Amino acid sequence: MVGISALMLARIQFGFTVCFHIIFPAITIGLASYLVVLEAMWLWRKDSTYRDLYFFWTRIFAVNFAMGVVSGLVMAYQFGTNWSYFSAFAGGVTGPLLAYEVLTAFFLEAGFLGVMLFGWNKVGPGLHFFASIMVALGTLVSATWILASNSWMQTPQGYEIVDGRVVPVDWLAVIFNPSFPYRLAHMTTAAFLATALFVGAVGAWHMLKGHDTVRVRTMLSMALWMTLAVAPLQIVLGDAHGLNTLHYQPAKIAAIEGHWQNTPGESAPLILFGWPDMAAETTRFAVEIPHLGSLILTHDWNGNVPGLKAFAPEDRPNSTVVFWTFRVMVGLGFLMVLVGVWGLWLRCRQRLFTCRPFLRLCVAMGPAGLIAILAGWLTTEIGRQPWVVYGVMRTVDAVSNHSVLALTMTLIVFVVTYFAVFGFGVTLMLRLVGQEPGPHDPGLYQPGSILEAERYQRSARPLSAATDEPAAKN
Amino acid sequence: MGIDLPVIWAVIIGFGLMMYVVMDGFDLGIGLLFPFVRDPTDRDTMVNTVAPVWDGNETWLVLGGAGLMAAFPLAYAVLLSALYLPLVLMLAGLIWRGVAFEFRFKADAAHKPLWNTAFAGGSFVATFFQGVALGAYINGFVVTGPSYAGGAFDWLTPFSLFTGLGLVVAYALLGSTWLIMKTAGSLHRRMIRLSRMITMALLLVIAAVSLWTPLAHPAIAVRWFTAPDIFFFLPVPILVLATTWTMLQVLRGETNVTPFLLALVLLFLGYSGLAISLWPHIIPPDITLRAAAAPPQSMGFALVGALFIIPVILGYTAWAYYVFRGKVKPGDGYHH
Repeated sequence: MVGISALMLARIQFGFTVCFHIIFPAITIGLASYLVVLEAMWLWRKDSTYRDLYFFWTRIFAVNFAMGVVSGLVMAYQFGTNWSYFSAFAGGVTGPLLAYEVLTAFFLEAGFLGVMLFGWNKVGPGLHFFASIMVALGTLVSATWILASNSWMQTPQGYEIVDGRVVPVDWLAVIFNPSFPYRLAHMTTAAFLATALFVGAVGAWHMLKGHDTVRVRTMLSMALWMTLAVAPLQIVLGDAHGLNTLHYQPAKIAAIEGHWQNTPGESAPLILFGWPDMAAETTRFAVEIPHLGSLILTHDWNGNVPGLKAFAPEDRPNSTVVFWTFRVMVGLGFLMVLVGVWGLWLRCRQRLFTCRPFLRLCVAMGPAGLIAILAGWLTTEIGRQPWVVYGVMRTVDAVSNHSVLALTMTLIVFVVTYFAVFGFGVTLMLRLVGQEPGPHDPGLYQPGSILEAERYQRSARPLSAATDEPAAKN
Repeated sequence: MGIDLPVIWAVIIGFGLMMYVVMDGFDLGIGLLFPFVRDPTDRDTMVNTVAPVWDGNETWLVLGGAGLMAAFPLAYAVLLSALYLPLVLMLAGLIWRGVAFEFRFKADAAHKPLWNTAFAGGSFVATFFQGVALGAYINGFVVTGPSYAGGAFDWLTPFSLFTGLGLVVAYALLGSTWLIMKTAGSLHRRMIRLSRMITMALLLVIAAVSLWTPLAHPAIAVRWFTAPDIFFFLPVPILVLATTWTMLQVLRGETNVTPFLLALVLLFLGYSGLAISLWPHIIPPDITLRAAAAPPQSMGFALVGALFIIPVILGYTAWAYYVFRGKVKPGDGYHH
């Protein structure tokens, strides 16, 4: 373990487990709402296309949800196992927020998930629809609490420090801390956008495979409308979030921009590309556009933006990393807008389902939303360093006293488990989406079909009611 | 005086953990019983008895963690870092077991054995290390200031390994009696036979832990064996014996719901015994509930939510169980 400190290992462990985790809830948030829309359309229009799509995506949702639950369970314990000083110090604020997440969201999701997945024939259509809505609502409520907690760590408000620990004095100020509304809007929209791109990629892939059915066309069309609406909105939200960060966490913005030196009275350029060098305190190979940095960050041609040198070296986040993670996110964001706009243009020319280069782009963009989410989180979390609670507690003071040996062992356990379990799970999800979405009719079940998924669907849905009482299965 | 927040929160967390032990106990028990049932149809039936509810059951464990962090952040910090290795292994077990619910039905035939093993093995590892953590908890922790000051392997003792195996037996009984209630036919009869053996094993485990704990911990011995307290606590061991005896009688013939209810009573009695031994310490042997409590502003805020929302949760959880009530039979159209 040459040169890797226990702190670094603890950070790697948290980063590794949370990066794996966030992928699943992001898809869960998006798919849960998508499923509500599909079920609503089915109940309203009685068009079986929507019901078929509902069942197609429910199977994928179930696999994804299970992975989200078990990887999330790890997160609920990591704060105590790996960041015990943080928990003892700030648990009075973050603990109740997490407790509210469990009480108002997790139980809601879990309680109604069983009915949603297994109850199609056990409860009436209205009640089943209600269960789907409750699951979707649970995902959004969950995001709200966890982002309140995270945002409080970024922009802490409404607390005092008494006897060496945080004491909340104003819960409204704690929850509605300055960065919370922006982060909530940005992340929820990101989840919807990532899901739209994922669904769109699946639809486009099936079109390319020649599975040209009304189901596939509906899926692709819905996803592209969503992308068109949400991708530009996300850029507006991201811009607003950036301005908020500039106000409350200027060092983060300076690191993101690779901006070292602020000269009063002079505008800041936008560095498109470059290599921020933390030791040399400069950004090498910078390709700059004059004034644009000021314009974006202050909405003023000659606005002043603090540089990294304004902060003591021990208070600077790692610019090399966040400079690039931020650019990955933004670059993908603009590509997403392109997908939406090109889709609209093709739609107007009646070529949406036939333009193969566009369909290939849609497939390629399938994981783009998730990559952008990861890049964005890396930016905001690494950009918060060296603080765990911004300006209040340093990460180095938050970590538990574990040895390098203990941390290495547990990291191995997590890496092996996550790659095996979630690697298999993602493969499974991809295979499920790779099956052509068919009509939801158990009569079409073919013996010897490669997957047991159909069998599962049948066992979970007692349609053979003539020979069996409805309550007989599962 | 007003409201005694730490005590109320201790009761809420205690309730949440007991809900977890009972509900995920029978889920995990089903995984533990997998090696005793080889028929694929029976195995599918077993999993289907809990597939719609396992996720909600596991959520009580998350509530335990989050509630502890909210109300007793010091205990959350110390206990979780002291039990780092067993908890990570428990979480890994729960991951393998949890995804196996979905994967074993959706994977192709070649991979199904892998996920059957993951389901059984994950259940065993998760249960065993929960029991190990319990044993280590009873043994107590070295604490200085706001942090755990012991070693990475302090949890590893003969006693904690024994409680690990003991919890495996306890969850297996919850699982087997749950299946008596939820299945029919040969699987149902097999579970009745199996439950008899597990009940006797559990009685031995309870007896061993009841002797070992006071012998190893004089303070706990004083708690139990000093007059007049002993007369208040005496019903606990007597009820354990009576419940076990009733269980063995009931399992002689045909039965459905009773064994599961009796298993719940046994678990509750064991839980009460533990509470008697440790009260009012939240980090044994020295740190009390009050010393580890969060600021009153934190406990009060979270309490409002807990008191309003937990009854609602219990309501819709009960409804979900009601929707999936009745016995689960292997589907007629299942193997076409």
